[in-house]
Amino acid sequence: MWSFNHIANSIHVWLNANFNPTWTLIFEMVIAGVAVIGLFAGLGLVLVIMERKVAAWIQIRLGPNRVGPKGLLQSLADTLKLLVKEGLTPNGADKFLFNLAPFIAMIVAMLLMAPIAFAKDFQLWDLNIGVLYISAISSIMVISILMAGWASNNKYSLMGAMRSGAQIVSYELSAGLSVLAIVVLTGSMSINDIIYSQADGWWIFKGHIPVIIAFVVFIIAVTAETNRAPFDLAEAESELTAGFHTEYSGMKFALFFLAEYINVFIVCALGATLFLGGWMPFHIGNWEGFNHVMDYIPSSIWFFGKTFFMIFLIMWFRWTFPRLRIDQLLNLEWKYLLPISMFNLLLVTLIAIMKWHF
Amino acid sequence: MFIVKYIQEVFGAVKSLAIGMRRTLYYFTHHKEIITEQYPDNRDTLHLPERFKGEVVMPHDEKNEHRCTGCTACELACPNGTIKVVTKFDISPEGKKKKAIDKLVYHLELCTMCNLCVVACPSDAIIMAQTFEHSVYDRNLLTKILNNPDSKIMDGVE
Repeated sequence: MWSFNHIANSIHVWLNANFNPTWTLIFEMVIAGVAVIGLFAGLGLVLVIMERKVAAWIQIRLGPNRVGPKGLLQSLADTLKLLVKEGLTPNGADKFLFNLAPFIAMIVAMLLMAPIAFAKDFQLWDLNIGVLYISAISSIMVISILMAGWASNNKYSLMGAMRSGAQIVSYELSAGLSVLAIVVLTGSMSINDIIYSQADGWWIFKGHIPVIIAFVVFIIAVTAETNRAPFDLAEAESELTAGFHTEYSGMKFALFFLAEYINVFIVCALGATLFLGGWMPFHIGNWEGFNHVMDYIPSSIWFFGKTFFMIFLIMWFRWTFPRLRIDQLLNLEWKYLLPISMFNLLLVTLIAIMKWHF
Repeated sequence: MFIVKYIQEVFGAVKSLAIGMRRTLYYFTHHKEIITEQYPDNRDTLHLPERFKGEVVMPHDEKNEHRCTGCTACELACPNGTIKVVTKFDISPEGKKKKAIDKLVYHLELCTMCNLCVVACPSDAIIMAQTFEHSVYDRNLLTKILNNPDSKIMDGVE
């Protein structure tokens, strides 16, 4: 049967048969790297056109509809434009940090790809602290933003970066606490264990209301962490022109832009893994026939379907809600989300200890 | 009590956010309501909203009569001197002198379509037309005289 796992295994067997183990490892790493970069490029193109179409339809517009069939090649044309534009470095900027920042943003996004399970038994790195790894690495993202803001020698960039710092540091807490809710229920931090624990039903159905609250808190917190509207204070167009990437142009801007969309994809993939069962098909208790039909749909389609559902949710937020002020933003985190998610974690712990979940 | 108020606030916030999201989901799923006009393609079937402001015109009826009394209210209301009213004195059959317009000069190149002249007009003599393809090669063509040659004021408009 065709599956990602099958392809990966046959490549592994073929390489082992033809090369010694060291070269096999090197070749596999190269293949994985190329695959990740390819996924990045593909995701960037798809998510940009998706965002523009969703935005247009929500605002009763048509959206891009000239380049290619129904405007679907618009993001390709935009990428081409960005590739040929000049990457300008301003005179007063700290040249080294200015040019380093977009690459750090990209590398962080690449590192985050490692523990994500894209399909059944298809994962770059199955480490036993996958969830902790993702929350730890995603905090490095703020360094690239601060670096870009500081090195640009521009007041708007610096203000955007500072806001972003305050925002990411505070929203990391409630995102972490809502992730902890699932870790408590599963008893493991490994992405694979979490997915297998949802074989008889996704946590959002099994875990009663506390998990639904955790899901809502998680999706609000990750929207803030990825600097997207209504929490896009870091780049607030109407106030700071473009925030931390005001001075960036050409491909360096494109890298920031791509990193933003990759981060959205990763947090949505994490949310889909934790709350919606990752690549696990939709199963209902002991309806044998129904479960069997669901098993026929490939696991990669389940994973990408759920992830794109989450991405749509975040885009839906972006084009519905107005931007918050910085004090409202921090109020929301420290006075509402954090107490709620702390109390919620206690409830989830109670459920886990008493085994009230299904 | 504090905690009750807190929970009420949270529920109220969630509810109002859900109302907003339902509205945008409605638009997202109802493509028939899309208002975008694909302009050069649908030039023949273009649909402009009623309140669209393209340029100031003075409507005339079939007897070549307009409603302008030459009161210059529009000239006074215009913030950037777009309208210039040139008046003359008509001699009525009874031998009385009556003020009337000779020319109502309208500088389209200066106009910002702010609609203040139309609002200021006491006799509804000028309106905003829906034409908008105004580009010309000679800027003199943008200075327009709104009243037709030999037009008169309508009976009964003071």
